[in-house]
Amino acid sequence: MTSQGSKRMPGRRRRHIIVQRCVLGCVAAAWLLPTIGLLVTSFREKRSALGSGWWTAIARPFDSEWTMENYSRVLTDQGMGNAFVNTLVVVVPSTLIPMTLAAFAGYGFAWGRFAGRNVLFVLAFALMILPLQITFIPLLRLFARVDLQGSFVAVWLVHAGSSLPIAIYLMRNYMASLPRELLEAARVDGASHLGTFWRVVVPLSLPAIASYGIFQFLWTWNDYLIALVFLGTTTDREVATVNLAEMIGTRGQDWNLLTAGAFVTMVVPLLVFFSLQRYFVRGLTAGSVKG
Amino acid sequence: MNRWALATTGVLSGTIGVALVVRVLANLAQRLPIRYRRSGESWAFIGPALTLMSAILIVPGVLTVVNSFRDARSERFVGLDNYRWLISDAQVRSVLANNLLWLMVVPAFTLAWSLTIAVLADRLSGRWEGIAKSVIFLPVAISLVGASTIWGFVYAVRPEGRDQIGVLNAILSALGIEPVAWLLEPTVNDFALMAIMIWLETGFGMVVLSAAIKAVPSETIEAARIDGANERQVLWAVVLPQIRSTMLLVYTTVLISTLKVFDVVSVLTSGNFGTDVIAHRFIIELFRFRDYGRAAAIVVVLMLATTPFMWLNYRFHRREDLTR
Repeated sequence: MTSQGSKRMPGRRRRHIIVQRCVLGCVAAAWLLPTIGLLVTSFREKRSALGSGWWTAIARPFDSEWTMENYSRVLTDQGMGNAFVNTLVVVVPSTLIPMTLAAFAGYGFAWGRFAGRNVLFVLAFALMILPLQITFIPLLRLFARVDLQGSFVAVWLVHAGSSLPIAIYLMRNYMASLPRELLEAARVDGASHLGTFWRVVVPLSLPAIASYGIFQFLWTWNDYLIALVFLGTTTDREVATVNLAEMIGTRGQDWNLLTAGAFVTMVVPLLVFFSLQRYFVRGLTAGSVKG
Repeated sequence: MNRWALATTGVLSGTIGVALVVRVLANLAQRLPIRYRRSGESWAFIGPALTLMSAILIVPGVLTVVNSFRDARSERFVGLDNYRWLISDAQVRSVLANNLLWLMVVPAFTLAWSLTIAVLADRLSGRWEGIAKSVIFLPVAISLVGASTIWGFVYAVRPEGRDQIGVLNAILSALGIEPVAWLLEPTVNDFALMAIMIWLETGFGMVVLSAAIKAVPSETIEAARIDGANERQVLWAVVLPQIRSTMLLVYTTVLISTLKVFDVVSVLTSGNFGTDVIAHRFIIELFRFRDYGRAAAIVVVLMLATTPFMWLNYRFHRREDLTR
C-alpha cells in the first residue's frame, strides 16, 4: 500500500491520520520508555537512584547528581570489564568458524557433483529441529573427558556446530542462485573447484556471508544458555550476559549497578543494529528459525 | 595461553586452517581414479562442516535420545520411566501448564500487536514511519538477559508509602492503588515475564509483516477502492488474505522461541513462584538433581513439540522466500 499524501484530503481522513499518528507515537514511546529508564538510572548516584524514580531526574536534570561511578564499579569490582573481553573471545571465533565452514559446504552443496547431494543437504538443514539442549549432556561428558570442560574452545565448537544447519542452508541457497554461465566460464578457463570458489563464488556471495555473519555475531553475543552451560560462572571465564545474570541474582536491588551492567552488555549489539540495520534485517528474517 | 592468543589461534585455525584442510582434501581427490575425482573434490568442500555437525549435533542428539530411556546416571535401561514421570509428576505438570499458557498468549499477542503496528505505520508518511519502526524494532538487538534487566526495573517494587522507583508501581501509586509485586504474585508474574518476550519479538514481526504489506500489488487495492470498498474492507478483504503466509510465519517463529523460553525465567524468577517452564526445568534436572535420564526425556519432548512447527515454518519461509 502506498501512503497517502496529506494534501487535498477530506477532513475525516485527515483526522484519521492524526489519530493513527498519535497511536503509533504512543506505542513507540511505550516501547522506548523502559530502555530510557535503564540508561538514565545507570548515570544516577546510588542514593538518588534507589530513592526516587528516574523520571524525576529527567524532570529536573540540573538538580540531580549525575555520576560515572556505576560504570567504573561495574567494570572493575563486578568484573564486567573482564567478562566483556571474554565475550569478545567467545564471539569472534564463534562467528568466523561457522562462516568459513558453511561457505565451503554451501558451495559443495550448490555446485558439487556427487550422489545423494540433495538428500544430504536436506538432512543437514533438518538438523535445525534439534533444540540446543539436546546436545548438552553428551557434550559435557565429552568435553570433560578431553579436558575441554569450561574452555573457550568448547564454546566455539558448540556455537559453530549448532549454527551450521542454518548457515549452510543460507549459503547454499544464495550460491545456487548465482548464474551458471559465470561458473562455467571460470571452469572453461581451467579453474579448479577451489579456484572458482575463491575467484567467483566468494566475491559474489559476500552479501549472504555478511548477513549471516552479523546474525551469528549478535546471536552469540546475546547468548546466555550456551555460555552458562559450557563456560560457567567463574570470574575468569564468564561472559557479559552471565555476569549480568549473576549480578541480578546477588545484587538484585542495586539498580544503579544493574542498569549500568545491562547497558555495557547492550552497547555492542546496539551499535551493530544502528550501523548495519539493513543487513541485520535480512539476517534476522532469514535466521529467525534458529535456536 | 592468554585469552587473546587463544582467540587469535581460534580464528586462524577456524578460517585459514579450514581453508588449508579443504585444499589438502581437494588435492588428495585429484589422486583418485578419474571417475571419483569430481565427487571426491565436492566431498572436500562439505567434509569439514559435516564432521563438526556430526560431532556437535548428530552424535550427541542420538545419545540423548538413548539416555532418555536410561536411569539418572545413564547406566541402566528403564524403559519409559522418565517419560512416565514427565506426565505423572504434579510439579512437572504445572510446569507444562505454564508452557501451554505461554504458547497460547505470546505468539497470538505478538502477531496481533505487530500486525497492528505494521498496518498503522504503513499509512503514515516515510519519516515518521521510519522512526517509529526503528524504535519498536530496537529490542530485537538486545539479549534476553539485558531485556530482563530492563523489565526487572520496570517491575521494581517498594513497600507501600515509599517512593516507587519502578515505572509500573509509580503509575499505580499515582492512581492511589497499592503496589503490586509483579514478579512474585502468582499468575501476574507469568504475564509479567511474557510481556518481556512480546516486547522483544514484536519488532521482528512488525518488520517482516511491513515488508509483506508493501509487497501487496497496488492494483488489487485500487480495484477494491474503485468498487467502493472503505479502508477497513480493503484491509480485511484484500491486504490480509494476501499476507496470510507471512502472518503464519511470524506466528510459528514466535511460537518456536516461546517453546524454548529460558533466559527470562532463569534470570528473573529462577522458576520460583509458579513461573517454571520446561527449558528451565531441564537445566534444574541437569545441574541441581543430576538426573540425566529425566533431563534427556524433557529435551526429547521439547524437540518433538517443536518439530511440527519447524516444518510449518519452513513451508511458510519457502513461500515467502525471505532469504533472497
